[in-house]
Amino acid sequence: MSGVRSREDSAAVRAGLAVGFAAAAYGVSYGALAVAAGLDVWQTCVMSLLMFTGGSQFAFIGVIATGGVAAGPTAIASAAILGIRNGIYGVRVAPIIGGPWWKKVAAAWVTIDETTAVSTNQPTKRSQRIGFWTTAAATFVGWNLTSLVGALIGDALGDPRAWGLDAAAAAAFVGLLWPRLRQVQTIAVASAAAVVAIVLTPVLLPGLPVLVAGVVAVVVGGFNWFANSEPPLVPLEREGA
Amino acid sequence: MTLWLLVIIASLACLALKLAGYLVPPSVLDKPAPSRIANLLTVALLSALVAVQTLGSGTGLQFDARVPALVVAVVLFALRVPFVIVVVLAAVTAALIRLSGWG
Repeated sequence: MSGVRSREDSAAVRAGLAVGFAAAAYGVSYGALAVAAGLDVWQTCVMSLLMFTGGSQFAFIGVIATGGVAAGPTAIASAAILGIRNGIYGVRVAPIIGGPWWKKVAAAWVTIDETTAVSTNQPTKRSQRIGFWTTAAATFVGWNLTSLVGALIGDALGDPRAWGLDAAAAAAFVGLLWPRLRQVQTIAVASAAAVVAIVLTPVLLPGLPVLVAGVVAVVVGGFNWFANSEPPLVPLEREGA
Repeated sequence: MTLWLLVIIASLACLALKLAGYLVPPSVLDKPAPSRIANLLTVALLSALVAVQTLGSGTGLQFDARVPALVVAVVLFALRVPFVIVVVLAAVTAALIRLSGWG
């Protein structure tokens, strides 16, 4: 009995470390791109510490990179809209965590794609908790360290365009999007949102086309067009790797 | 508004959304629509960001070295090449094209 339990526990630890370290590797690209977008090394690191959710961080610096500080409100809105899904994850993960309020606050801080995916993939409540906290620790330490490393590299590189860092930003967004393109519905939304953003770019202030493209998701999701199957809660490329 | 203020507000907003998930009752997710729309919002924004990062230039559109770099990235992701390697190779593609004098 205890042998079975410990095997599940160590499987949860292994999954957590693998997913955590894989995610942490993104931190280098985030750090370098943040500095290229105009943030200083401190701002880059504060975002990783406090915001701690890759998609929102990439979105924030993406909008700042094209629109500057003037696009601030849309940068905040883009980061927040991409952060909504963490709230949904919290609803699912809260019963797994339990415990006193301070434990829930700590858990909420690190409730992201990676921790939710590993945790909800484990068979027992105990291994779900172990998976959650292992992934959280590995991702939090790794993401913050590699963000700093990336920021220092970006700082040393100078002209971001000469190094192709603007193209790297687009590639990073493709990487975040890719695991989610499994259903007809998500592919339809992704295609329509890209077209909307491009058509509106010459018309609206920088940053706004991205927000307006979000309307596509609300309409398609609200009427549930193109639905064939429910997508998984957290589509992760390296889930359980 | 300074960049520092933007960084702090955006960070606190994301943190507040995470906390909200622990405060609302689980019955919120009994209807599939909210969770489906949140998922699709993520897809829509990421896709819009890909498009704007690739073709946007201030308030205009520009076809330059970022486009071939994006094609390289898509092909490599389809071949299941790891994230960091793809991002670096996309940057190298754009950098080499610019070094050659175009884009």
